[in-house]
Amino acid sequence: MEGLRLDTGAEPDRVVNTHCCFCGQQCGIQLKVKDNVVIGFEPRYDFPFNKGMLCPKGVKRYLQGAHPDRLTTALQRDPSSESGFKSIAYDDAVARVASEIQRIQSAYGNDAFGVLSGASLTTEKAYLMGKFARVCLKTRYIDYNGRLCMVSAGAANKKAFGIDRSANPWDDILNAEVVLIAGSNTAECSPITTNYVWQARENGGKLIVIDPRITPIARNADVFLPVKPGRDVALFNGILNLMIENDWLDHDFIEQHTVGFDAVAEHVKQWTPQRTAEVTGIAEKSIRKAAELWGEAKTSFLMHARGIEHHSHGVENCLSAINIVLASGRIGRPNCAYGTVVGQGNGQGGREHGQKADQLPGWRDISNPEHRAFIANVWGVNADDIPQAGVDCYEMMRKIDAGEIKGLLCICFNPKVSLPDNAFVTRALEKLEFFTVIDFFLSETAQHADIVLPGSLHEEDEGVVAQVEGRVIKINKAVDPPGDAKQDWRVIQDIAAALHRTHGFTFDSPRAIFDELRVASKGSVADYFGITYEKIEAQNGVFWPCPSDDHPGTPRLFEKDSWNPVAKGSGPFYFPDGKARFNVAAYRPPAEDVDDEYPIILTTGRVVSQFLSGTQTRRIGPLVDQYPEPRIEMHPKLAAKYGINDGDETTVESRRGTITLRAQVVTTIRPDTIFIPYHWPGRQSANQLTISAQDPVSKIPEFKVCAVRMQKAEGRMQK
Amino acid sequence: MMGEFFVDPNRCIGCQSCVAACSECDTHRGVSMIHLQYVDRPISVQTVPVVCMHCDSPTCAEVCPADAIKRTGDGVVQTARKPRCIACNNCVLACPFGVPKMQVEYSLMMKCDMCYDRTSVGSKPMCASVCPSGALYFGSREEMEKQRPQSQPVNTFRFGNQTITTKVNMMVPKQKPVEHIDVMSAMNEEPIGIEDPFE
Repeated sequence: MEGLRLDTGAEPDRVVNTHCCFCGQQCGIQLKVKDNVVIGFEPRYDFPFNKGMLCPKGVKRYLQGAHPDRLTTALQRDPSSESGFKSIAYDDAVARVASEIQRIQSAYGNDAFGVLSGASLTTEKAYLMGKFARVCLKTRYIDYNGRLCMVSAGAANKKAFGIDRSANPWDDILNAEVVLIAGSNTAECSPITTNYVWQARENGGKLIVIDPRITPIARNADVFLPVKPGRDVALFNGILNLMIENDWLDHDFIEQHTVGFDAVAEHVKQWTPQRTAEVTGIAEKSIRKAAELWGEAKTSFLMHARGIEHHSHGVENCLSAINIVLASGRIGRPNCAYGTVVGQGNGQGGREHGQKADQLPGWRDISNPEHRAFIANVWGVNADDIPQAGVDCYEMMRKIDAGEIKGLLCICFNPKVSLPDNAFVTRALEKLEFFTVIDFFLSETAQHADIVLPGSLHEEDEGVVAQVEGRVIKINKAVDPPGDAKQDWRVIQDIAAALHRTHGFTFDSPRAIFDELRVASKGSVADYFGITYEKIEAQNGVFWPCPSDDHPGTPRLFEKDSWNPVAKGSGPFYFPDGKARFNVAAYRPPAEDVDDEYPIILTTGRVVSQFLSGTQTRRIGPLVDQYPEPRIEMHPKLAAKYGINDGDETTVESRRGTITLRAQVVTTIRPDTIFIPYHWPGRQSANQLTISAQDPVSKIPEFKVCAVRMQKAEGRMQK
Repeated sequence: MMGEFFVDPNRCIGCQSCVAACSECDTHRGVSMIHLQYVDRPISVQTVPVVCMHCDSPTCAEVCPADAIKRTGDGVVQTARKPRCIACNNCVLACPFGVPKMQVEYSLMMKCDMCYDRTSVGSKPMCASVCPSGALYFGSREEMEKQRPQSQPVNTFRFGNQTITTKVNMMVPKQKPVEHIDVMSAMNEEPIGIEDPFE
């Protein structure tokens, strides 16, 4: 795929203040528009988070809308056509979707039709998808691709703090004495954060980076801890043990504001520096140095991302990291901070308002009768008619495979590329009696659909998202959807209308959806009631929770004497006693450890020029040029063992699949580990190899560790 | 906007945002004037962005037989003038920073002009606007000194017997040089069979 290139230079009709469509940083950007086409960008210097800064994806994002692959009509599967699809009238396509939903639900029951949604949708759309599944389709089966992103952090945050949001604004990075980054390729996955971290170093701060690879953020680390993939719990427990041994603890904070410390302290005794070194594969002196830096600091910012979260023990990984924050007492104050670096554009907001399998809007619990009653009242339905919890998106694939789910609607999700062991995913998708996809390009997943409905790009709609800091910001519409394409919320409502189930699906704008969402979130942990489009505009974003019109929002959580609706004044944390929770995090090895047959660890991740499953970025020419195809990153020591030179075609095989790519031989990775970025489909897809083992609580798949073997390829590579 | 240009390679993350943004500029659309390269990718992820340093006595102009390269009163060394440039490549070969590029398609040497179209109307250069790591920065010297107390700007360089002073500043650490980080030396197991590339 070549990707699009446009000449710039045309004079725009107008310039629209909005945000980037890609990652969770949600950088401010101005889009230049001419004749209803986005033709370029200008830096948006006034937005406080990024002050004009952008990564190359943001710079080139304007090219996506004019791509010839942009879907402008509905499509119906047509095996006789070369592309496999033919265009059909939008209304006919919607009617077909409705009739198939009716057929499947009357033949097999309401739960036989499922919904997959995504965390790149605006919060209004994410809210609508949850409501659509529960109220219109009356199915319990809805889940979203945040399951691949934020759920381990979210589950750990709820267990430790009672609320799931980065606790601090990013400005708290700047004057932290120690910044600890665990499992975040910050420079490539959240590039703007780099500037905050470098500034902290200029201000005298020290940097600790935990990663099996020397990523660009690790290059400047004061202490670099090259952890063996899957051993993060051991490392954090080992650090906590040293903190206790050296009395680098905030006893007053632990006493007054936490529970559970003693059990954790007892548990981590076994993590002596020597054992920690043996299990994590990190030099003992480096572990001691990191513990000392962390232990003695007066201020700090600990942040983590998918590197410690994408594990079959992802929740424990996060809990063990949170334990060293709580033991230090450095939270809830300026420059005393904890944050999870969200991946998707609305990775934060998309996990708050009800498109998760077990969740209702405002982070309400679908199994809690009071929460059900509250939302039923907002929706004007009977609480008993709201389905109970469904299952995570991978389990939905298993239910499709088992024949329990017969029909599926998918939006903003490309599971064929992004889910692990994707040969299984492909098999499952082919078993569906009916499959419909709402998308703007014909993604690899959409190619399995019976009906594809043309939805909207980021720049074709308005709405809010919550970015990495918990700051709710506003996406502004720059252009209209082309041809028959429609804003996603209109497509969903058109389906509801064709089903003659319009009750609750007659919104005339994203603002109308947002106003209902505000009410649905009122009084909850994720309270948006006091947020309006106008307040967002006036304040350059509003940090939730924001419970009332006169409330400015909450940039920093857990401040002393702060009030929240769970603690009701008894303390700063979101539990009835107002105290944070230490949680024992027991070490477990990865689900599939290396052995004689498969002796190498495979870990996966991202490159700066591509985004997630690549549906957009693989269609943007300059981004394709920057990193045209995935490579297998390996240490020269490992390469030498297999007789592989830089650039050699190399085959990697797991118990699930095989891939052949060129080798990139570099000393910046552990010699027992190889790395493959996952943005590509088909034979270049890293997820042919990955394992579908999941965390038992968060259900996040273990993208970051599986066992593989490797050899120099024979014959030619296939794309 | 009054400002100076600062390059801090230690901050560079190799993301190519500057390269991408430079090619969006209306005066040379589709062609980036920035070079961004790995220093030695097999052993490090260190990258270095190179913009024109805008020398006080530009070697490129001195070696130009057609007198096509001009340094304007504000100290900016401009791209070769189209009517004069004979595409001889002298400047490309002579520049000690390796900046000028021959655009064979136009028979013209093109190089960074510090976003003349932007800076001349009070805006920041495109690359220094978007750079997400602060490796490229445009602002006042006072701002820079305040923001980056660990680093200092340098604008005098020696190449053999040639001493060059430049309009663009290179940021270097004030105290000790940046340490090279190595995976093997931070691992528990004894490194075997790998020679330290810096020993």
